Amino acid sequence: MIKVQAEDFNVGVELAALTSGNTAIGGLAVFVGLVRDMAGGSGISAMTLEHYPAMTEKMLAEIETEAKERWPLEASLIIHRYGRLEPGDQIVMVAAASAHREAAFEACQFLMDWLKTKAPFWKLEETDQGAQWVDARSSDDAAAARWVKQDPDAAE
Amino acid sequence: MKLLYFAWLKTKTGLSEEDVSPPEGVATVGELLTWLEGRGPEFADALSDREAIRVAVNQSFAKNSDPIGPNDEIALFPPVTGG
Repeated sequence: MIKVQAEDFNVGVELAALTSGNTAIGGLAVFVGLVRDMAGGSGISAMTLEHYPAMTEKMLAEIETEAKERWPLEASLIIHRYGRLEPGDQIVMVAAASAHREAAFEACQFLMDWLKTKAPFWKLEETDQGAQWVDARSSDDAAAARWVKQDPDAAE
Repeated sequence: MKLLYFAWLKTKTGLSEEDVSPPEGVATVGELLTWLEGRGPEFADALSDREAIRVAVNQSFAKNSDPIGPNDEIALFPPVTGG
């Protein structure tokens, strides 16, 4: 399930809804991303997440489909917020549920790594030095690259 | 065709979207970027570092060699930074 929204979300409520009624699930992995108050030595008072709505929905759906093809998932969820957020606010939540923990852990990490490099969101940080667009990180590309298909370990 | 600009490409060009009709001969993503670059100083500045620009054609990532047509929606943006 994909949700792109301005509103906050309740992790417990979302997880309960995701697994409700499915007793084949034995493992549930979840990642929640929060707004930090520092970036590269500058204090951040807030950030605004801009996105490309039509492409965001399409890319997140593709990423979720790919995860379901690679791992035996019983359920999955991606929630990503947009708009103005402050330090401590939740930005993103990814969850993967499977019969066993390994698929849940791996799929959760995969969803997050691919989302970071493929979903069209951009962060504008409000810092001491004014508003600045965040630069992409090469470490995110490296994290996503380890799931590229040629790697036999990625296909489960 | 419809062009969309996001993040600092929107700031630098001063546009979030526009409809354009490039001349014949502008048939690929790469040719479109080169044509856009010649439209004025804002575009020349915004497009000066091609490595820093990603392009999507009809909501899918595209390469410089990919074809474009009059009914396409083409988005220009920096590498993504969500999550």
